[in-house]
Amino acid sequence: MSQGDLLHVVTDDDISGARRRFGHGIVWASAALMVAVAAAQYAQERGLGDFGFQSWRPTLYAYILWAACLCWSKVLIYGEHGKRTLFVLPAALFVISLTVFPLLFGLVIAFSSWNLASPLGRQFNGLDNVRQMWADPFYWNALGNMVWYTLAILVEYVIAFGLALLLNAEIRARKFFRVAFLLPLMLSPVAVSWMVGKSMLEIRFGPIARLARWLGWENPSFFGSAETARFIIMALDAWTFIPFMMIMILAGLQAIPKDLTEAARVDGAGPWNTFWEIVFPLMLPVSVTAVLIRIIFKLKLADIVINLTAGGPGGATDTVTSFIFREYRDRSNVGYGTLLAMVYLVIIIVFMTILMKLAERLTGPRT
Amino acid sequence: MTVKTVRDADGDGVPATLRIGGKAVIYLLLILWAVICLFPIYWTITTSFKTAPNVMKGALIPWVDYQPAWLGWRSLGLSPETIGASSTVREEFMKRFMNSVVTSVASSTLAVMLGSLAAYGLSRFSYRFGFMKNADISFFFLSQLILPPVVLALPFLVLYKQLALLDTRIGLVLLYTLTVLPIVIWIMRDQFSSIPTELEEAALVDGLSIWGAFFFVILPIALPGMVASFILSLVLTWNEYFFAALLTSTHANTLPVMVASQTGSQGISWWSMAALSFAAILPLIVIGVLLERYLIKGMTAGAVK
Repeated sequence: MSQGDLLHVVTDDDISGARRRFGHGIVWASAALMVAVAAAQYAQERGLGDFGFQSWRPTLYAYILWAACLCWSKVLIYGEHGKRTLFVLPAALFVISLTVFPLLFGLVIAFSSWNLASPLGRQFNGLDNVRQMWADPFYWNALGNMVWYTLAILVEYVIAFGLALLLNAEIRARKFFRVAFLLPLMLSPVAVSWMVGKSMLEIRFGPIARLARWLGWENPSFFGSAETARFIIMALDAWTFIPFMMIMILAGLQAIPKDLTEAARVDGAGPWNTFWEIVFPLMLPVSVTAVLIRIIFKLKLADIVINLTAGGPGGATDTVTSFIFREYRDRSNVGYGTLLAMVYLVIIIVFMTILMKLAERLTGPRT
Repeated sequence: MTVKTVRDADGDGVPATLRIGGKAVIYLLLILWAVICLFPIYWTITTSFKTAPNVMKGALIPWVDYQPAWLGWRSLGLSPETIGASSTVREEFMKRFMNSVVTSVASSTLAVMLGSLAAYGLSRFSYRFGFMKNADISFFFLSQLILPPVVLALPFLVLYKQLALLDTRIGLVLLYTLTVLPIVIWIMRDQFSSIPTELEEAALVDGLSIWGAFFFVILPIALPGMVASFILSLVLTWNEYFFAALLTSTHANTLPVMVASQTGSQGISWWSMAALSFAAILPLIVIGVLLERYLIKGMTAGAVK
């Protein structure tokens, strides 16, 4: 990302004082309107008077009006420069209002006991949730599972690399294989967890169970023990996401100049040496990007677990997300779940920061 | 980066038998993985045409192992003899289907619009929002990718309840847009930075404004990237389950929620579940086969320089 002004535009803006004042005026006026509406709604919430509000929607509309006025005012006040701001401002406002506000709000919820079904409403309970989390073996278990799930990415990476090499070899029907290999990524994980997890792994007549029996596994049970159940979840998730890594690696393989591998062959290097000495080091930056993105997606893993095992047997397959999902479904306590999620977020941020620093070091000198 | 055919002049100095053996192994592995990828889809299609005894037998090949029947599709009201008549099941299904279509298309469109503008701005101008410069703003957008949905889920549940946005399509569209926006910005930034600035400079000299240059000169060139990011967004939002399960109940349910709600019930009717699953994945299979090029372009954006 370059810092300099890539596109130099000479502007001859001549903005009158009245126009500037109008620009400032609409921002402040709409902000005042928003505050007034919010205050009225808050007053009604507290029972200080009835203004006939059904929901907090009016405040939302006032907020949208304010955001629109803010964008418009940029043009009014700064002219041509404001028009440039307009490229980024809508997206920035959108993201800020949809993440920063809920996150701040979430911080408040995290330290309260709030059962949405109970009429008591939100009750601040200090560090009770933290204590509960500390003593909650299932949460720590879910975090531990995430480590296993994340480690499985290494295996996925090896398979994806192998497939990319296969697709990069001189083969016929390359397009067919590429499309076929890509398809699992398109399928809805929920449908997959039914199609594969429930139907194909059905113990009596599922094709995989029959294959397992044919291979000599007397009584195949896929979700009986913790290890096999976790393995099945890993395999299913790998099945859907391997194409993603494969495509990235394939693109990297095809960007390698032919001369390099050619020269290695002329110098008498075998395919094995060529791969380890030339192809693999060249692929390192792409590999790191692919694995990093894959980790980000892995940390969100939930839908397969929710639909297939619901965390069972005994929490062996739980991910943090699926655990919080059930925690909310079973007890509808928003506060505790939010705290768990917040802690998870902190862990992820720390983990990803370390990982990105490491990745920078790994790929830095070469690129 | 479009995937191009790369020829590898292999086999210099390798004995012919070994070369043929190597080829055979490659094809064997390719076919094996293709089977692994395609068999579940095949299984779902065939199961949707089975009756109870066929399912119990584990029949595999239609017309050989069993006689296909329209059982599964009838239960969705989509078989030839029920398609004419009105059917509540089909209406239910169509409603969910339309919810999925509306939310995924609307959120992908919104994300591509917002994301392209932001990516263009960030790749062309230097900004200063308080302490944040271009690199920080880009990082702010992309860092949203790391944010796990579960962190936002419960606060949103409460907020949406207050805003009466629970169980509405708009509520889902907003959240989905948020989740795919970083990906769109990632792809589009890559796309715009490959377009030389001389183009806009020429357009500006010709008297177009910045926005005019963007719309009439740059957008047409950046269209492939927009299509790629749109399709990738479509895939992600169509398949999204977590938010949909949490934030919708009766009106705005999407297809994944419908599929999931059928699984737990007692005595699963395999054929109708198969038909439903297949109907849920079919649109994306079609997109995947037809627009594979764009998908690949989207996925490899920024990966290879």
